Amino acid sequence: MSLLAIEGVSRRFGGLTAVNDVSFAVEAGEILSVIGPNGAGKSTLFKLIAGFLKPSAGHILLDGKRIDGLRPHSIAARGLVRTFQETTVFREMSALENVVVAHHLRRRGTILGELLATPGVRVEQQEFLSESREILARLGLAGLEDELARNLPHGHLRALGIAMALAVRPRVVLLDEPFAGMNSEETARAVEIVRGIRAGGITVILVEHDMGAVMRISDRIVVLNFGTLIASGTPAEIQQNETVIDAYLGRADEIAAL
Amino acid sequence: MPRLSAPAGFALFAAVMLVAVPLALAGQGYWLTVLTTAALLAFGSLGVWLTFSIGRINIAQGAFALIGGYVVAILGTRYHVSFWLSLPLAVLASALVATLIGWPILRLRGVYFAMITLSLTEVASLAFLNGGSFTAGASGITSIPRPALLSSSLAIYLASAVLLLVGIVIAWRFAVSPAGAVFRSLRQGEELAASLGIDIARYRLLAFVVSSGMGGAAGAMFAAFQQNVFPTSYTVNDSVNFMLYCFLGGLQTVAGPVVGTFLLVIAFQLLSAIQRFQALLYGIFMIAAMLFLPNGLMSLPQVLAARRGRADEAAPR
Repeated sequence: MSLLAIEGVSRRFGGLTAVNDVSFAVEAGEILSVIGPNGAGKSTLFKLIAGFLKPSAGHILLDGKRIDGLRPHSIAARGLVRTFQETTVFREMSALENVVVAHHLRRRGTILGELLATPGVRVEQQEFLSESREILARLGLAGLEDELARNLPHGHLRALGIAMALAVRPRVVLLDEPFAGMNSEETARAVEIVRGIRAGGITVILVEHDMGAVMRISDRIVVLNFGTLIASGTPAEIQQNETVIDAYLGRADEIAAL
Repeated sequence: MPRLSAPAGFALFAAVMLVAVPLALAGQGYWLTVLTTAALLAFGSLGVWLTFSIGRINIAQGAFALIGGYVVAILGTRYHVSFWLSLPLAVLASALVATLIGWPILRLRGVYFAMITLSLTEVASLAFLNGGSFTAGASGITSIPRPALLSSSLAIYLASAVLLLVGIVIAWRFAVSPAGAVFRSLRQGEELAASLGIDIARYRLLAFVVSSGMGGAAGAMFAAFQQNVFPTSYTVNDSVNFMLYCFLGGLQTVAGPVVGTFLLVIAFQLLSAIQRFQALLYGIFMIAAMLFLPNGLMSLPQVLAARRGRADEAAPR
């Protein structure tokens, strides 16, 4: 059984079909990229999987159990966490606080216990703090723990977003354009981070425009065009696929002509 | 200038409220009443401050103070229930109403939430006005029995001061606990919070219910100490004032709403000596505060420090 299965999922907005009868499966432990031109429905698909939108048709299954129609926090509790495009973090909190808050699902105490600061709660908070420092260090943010998130540069913010997702200890992470706006050096570092996530036993699904990075990092690629799945396969297969080349990648001679 | 740590500041405030004020004002009923009012309003403001922490402008506190007041009034005059029992019941009633109303309206944000809470105050007032013999309509409920143990104005003052201190502790514990961090996260990004597994509907309801329960408690205390409650005891104006106390004091610290409330309540009383200009001066004071201290009075030390820093830079070396 696949870890995540997308089965005939469609999403319509009025007369517009943003995602049209898309089906694919994600196996545990792989890195799968979703690519396609702007407006192909990649972001909508992400929102559908993470529960920010409900499918107009079709099912989404995690471990064989339906998660479509659940609210985002319930889906996160089942082990699927998304990051956001750009740099969505809690801007008025320090980097450390951001990651500590992201430990929410692992809080075991009651709210009353937390207000009274029972010994168990204090131990738990210390645990979250030290683990948060560790995660930040792993993502290259050591020394920036107490910096307000709004003061962090762009690249660090994206790393912080990933750090927060990791704090949830998910089984699947959805990374929304993790390499966007990065130079080649930053991208290389980010690629290593994503590989590190997978090495930690977490399945990775990403939406990305940086074709170089996608080809390097992905085990499999799914291609969307006008909301429809037009191809899926290994990076080598996708690069050879005529439909994909026509719709999206472009031909080598055309690129040369530019 | 050394800054006071939060626990030291709290201890100092508690000492002033519980020891210095009673000693200094024992014979002065008028100022004791003013400070009682300030303490109870500050307690209600702390609730509003909690809803600010989740990013909602709450202009409904007057409605919950009315509910708390009427619970104490009806139970005390008709069923002879002790105030000490009807006080927690007033909190429960306010919290229950807040749960039922909060669930749907907390989906709204920004000015939409503010508008609907503002109208809630009006709705509550109209409901009590048109409640027939149950709420006694426009004539309100008078001759509410004095609570046992609270027969003097000093006793009422002390009870209000203790309530405020408890409220400060509650707000402070929320501020430093994981639940408080979740509240602040909601203000900064509800979608992100949801994606991390936070049940945002549950947490924003928690903040609103605690806030409204505190409003109910304040209303219950007022009803007991004024011995009456009317549909007009709390108007939209009062609800707006709770919000202004928070703004003026500042939203960053628990002390903010308390400082804001005391300052405005006391300033308003002092200005009453010059009747004609009271509202005018009050207005000018508010505008000046908002202009020069947009983050509230509690930000004054930072603003001064920043100003000194700039002056140092500008000074020739």
